[in-house]
Amino acid sequence: MTVAVVKYNAGNVTSVINALNRLGVDSVLTDDPDVLRKADKVIFPGQGEASSAMKYLKSRGLDEVIKSLKQPFLGICLGLQLLCKHTEEGNTDCLGIFDVDVKRFPPMHKVPHMGWNHLTQMNSPLFDGLPAEPFFYYVHSYFAELGKETVARTDYISEFSAVLQKENFYAIQAHPEKSGEDGSLLLKNFLNF
Amino acid sequence: MLTKRIIPCLDIKDGRTVKGVNFVELRDAGDPVALARAYAGQGADELVFLDITATVEKRKTFAELVKRIARAINIPFTVGGGISTVADVSRMLEAGADKVSVNSSAVRRPELISEIASEFGSQCLVVAIDTRFAEGAHVVHTHGGRKPTERETIAWAKEVAERGAGEILLTSMNHDGTKAGFADELTALVSDAVNIPVIASGGAGAKDHFQSVFTKGKADAALAASIFHFGEIPIPELKKYLSERGITIRL
Repeated sequence: MTVAVVKYNAGNVTSVINALNRLGVDSVLTDDPDVLRKADKVIFPGQGEASSAMKYLKSRGLDEVIKSLKQPFLGICLGLQLLCKHTEEGNTDCLGIFDVDVKRFPPMHKVPHMGWNHLTQMNSPLFDGLPAEPFFYYVHSYFAELGKETVARTDYISEFSAVLQKENFYAIQAHPEKSGEDGSLLLKNFLNF
Repeated sequence: MLTKRIIPCLDIKDGRTVKGVNFVELRDAGDPVALARAYAGQGADELVFLDITATVEKRKTFAELVKRIARAINIPFTVGGGISTVADVSRMLEAGADKVSVNSSAVRRPELISEIASEFGSQCLVVAIDTRFAEGAHVVHTHGGRKPTERETIAWAKEVAERGAGEILLTSMNHDGTKAGFADELTALVSDAVNIPVIASGGAGAKDHFQSVFTKGKADAALAASIFHFGEIPIPELKKYLSERGITIRL
């Protein structure tokens, strides 16, 4: 099995690669469209700023490549937000896989949303074998609204899309690579698709 | 609901946990990786590794250690000690740390906070504030709490938040090492003054101290060292205690 991790100007890539290694899976970090197309699984991690990330993806034609992919695809954190329609961060148009927008948490609350929080109303094969309402680790200042592709929710200030799913595209706002055993299991489930 | 976090802190010298750690289940309590794994397994929510190595040369050992920790554990961790430039931060994040903490270097040159935040994002930046109450005022200290500065603690907390810190690690030097409880009042003042999470540190000696700092102290997380290292308060027992008292905690 080849697992490609999308290479772009975003941080947090090392921890995803480490998490895959702990599951006994080697991955290739790449921005080569051919390698991405041929991979069995593609992971789109990221921490960073949305408008510069989109700019980078477009400059290499990766926006169109990602949209055309047919194999199981997992966006993590910023990766989830970039798969949505639009984000308030830098007023950026994103890839539009998921039919929801990304908003900023209201400033009167503590932002970023940082720490461990529950997943609720879970409905996806990604969650096979996970306990009810498991805890995942979050660090983010923007959130995806609820929509028809929402398959798990988390509540911080209000409920938002914790996990989104449409066809071969999956995305999680939390960091499974940093979410202990439950996070490892979610990654393993994805790798088994 | 977002949970309150329990964070063990490990002091590292020359790549080894410093003397004083006596962890029941471990044969080699000096190995930070083994200790980190054990804490992650016990339910620690995050870990902090503080490099107290004196020489620049030996700091390379720490960067190597950070790489090994990142490979081994599946929870977030922060590294601190001797970080004073954007390049230092970059090295630690590349090695796999999730966050870095800065302390004296930010007091010396507050622009460092803005520089790190704009380069890597606020989410990976913890600003540590060592504070001591003396002559009627809370004053920021540096050099492990020995040197007073001109800065008042609440004002400095506000400034670091405005400059882009993602979290504040607040250590009360009056409480540190006493095991008589955290600085609840001051922690609440800081927590109310800023819109970023506050980690309370210094004074943990009993389970109810954690309950108190999470309620009265309005802390988002609590950090401790010796009580965890010596197994005085096992983390699972502490978390169960807090959960039973209505504090949202990850079990």
